[in-house]
Amino acid sequence: MRVLETGNHLVALAVRAAGVEVVPAYPITPQTQVIEKVAELIAGGHMDAEYIPVESEHSACAALIAASLTGARAFSATSAHGLAYMHEMVHFAAGIRAPVVMANINRALGPGWNIWCDHQDSISQRDTGWLQIYVASHQEVIDSVIQGFKITENWSVMLPLMVNLDAFVLSHTYTDAEVPEIEEVREFLPPYKPRWKLDPRFPVTHGSVVYPDDFSETRQSMQIGQNNARRVIKEVCRDYAEVFGRWHGDMVEEYLIDDAEIAIVAMGTLASESRVVVDVLRQEGLRVGLFRIRFFRPFPIEEIRSLGERVKSILVIDRNYSYGMEGAVFTELKGALYGFSNVPVRNLIVGLGGRDVSYELIADMTRKAISGELGEITWGDSRITPSHRVTLECLEEFKKLLG
Amino acid sequence: MAESIEEIEFITSLSRPTKGCAGDTGEWRVFRPVKDETKCNNCLICWIYCPEACISKSDIEIDYQYCKGCGICAEECPTKAIVMVKEEKR
Repeated sequence: MRVLETGNHLVALAVRAAGVEVVPAYPITPQTQVIEKVAELIAGGHMDAEYIPVESEHSACAALIAASLTGARAFSATSAHGLAYMHEMVHFAAGIRAPVVMANINRALGPGWNIWCDHQDSISQRDTGWLQIYVASHQEVIDSVIQGFKITENWSVMLPLMVNLDAFVLSHTYTDAEVPEIEEVREFLPPYKPRWKLDPRFPVTHGSVVYPDDFSETRQSMQIGQNNARRVIKEVCRDYAEVFGRWHGDMVEEYLIDDAEIAIVAMGTLASESRVVVDVLRQEGLRVGLFRIRFFRPFPIEEIRSLGERVKSILVIDRNYSYGMEGAVFTELKGALYGFSNVPVRNLIVGLGGRDVSYELIADMTRKAISGELGEITWGDSRITPSHRVTLECLEEFKKLLG
Repeated sequence: MAESIEEIEFITSLSRPTKGCAGDTGEWRVFRPVKDETKCNNCLICWIYCPEACISKSDIEIDYQYCKGCGICAEECPTKAIVMVKEEKR
């Protein structure tokens, strides 16, 4: 079915196609039209699922976990502060090994209050045990939701999966995309067959007390699941391409890397923007390639070590910041390269709080990186506006008041 | 018994209900519920309300090894057949 839709509505249509049975959600800001559309589909009789409106994102994630433990295929969506508020339960979902998929619309965390795109919200959930996809196009939104259930429900993985899509750029703009029919998806993704459930015939406790004698192994088991996911992700994405004819990469997506001297590394729609940069700079005779990190968790360690062997330098674009350190992807990429490659790596911080990032800006920074002019960490779009001067004006007034 | 986590592959916080799995929780008790046989009419409300399943259905006996002394049975008893008595120092 060819549709002209927003990324938000495409998530909802993919959720229906994936045969999701329960959708708990908190339907108030910063929630998006993902849940609005799901509710509409269910209320109109176009989707056979239970919709559970709850009183907070914390409860939404708790209900999501519980729904999954009853043996249902469960989905929810959130964004920014909603994700932050459910943080405790985000850990819980992974620890309890609930194979759920959640869409997160990537937005900045306040203050300053901001509903525009950056990756701070989901990067802050890095260590929860969830798998994280960052998508770069409307079509990839749909395909990642369907792939997501296939990956998370694989018994060797059994860790929840977050599909991250950039606010506004993907969530609120319209593009035509192909949504597979429910019947087509069912063959690729059969109904969820749980290997455990909340069942009065055999009552067990999920998420019970675990004493120091037993705790560490439950965490090591999560890491084994993450490691297994690397193989499962490759299999699922390959099979998906065979069935549906669409490929967005697996752990990563490469574009003109093989003969590249410098690789731009990015996630989400800034990677789409960087693809334009590659084309532009190649016309200037510069050998630039794009390395899009699609899965941030599990982190594509092997792929990055291979990249380190092939290029002469790397420019990492981060749409987030780990305060007191540097961009999170920059840190992780260098960690993966340690002991394997000494290629210089530079960090470009751009697009925080939804600031528009032009391909011209990335191209300019890439040229500087090639010529060696770019420092280790560059806040690439930093400039002072009249609004920033309000702070100084207020401080002047406070000086009069407070001395 | 598997030698390593690689052989088990999958471990999570899944547990089966077992009597006394949290230890002798009766040691936590500050007040002890004491039943007055003459007032008890066997209505079983205490048995339904006990959050620790420490009251037997057949003879309404309180299991002091696990009873934490929460006092819900005494609170709910319609004939005031259960009273809470301070434990002696052990």
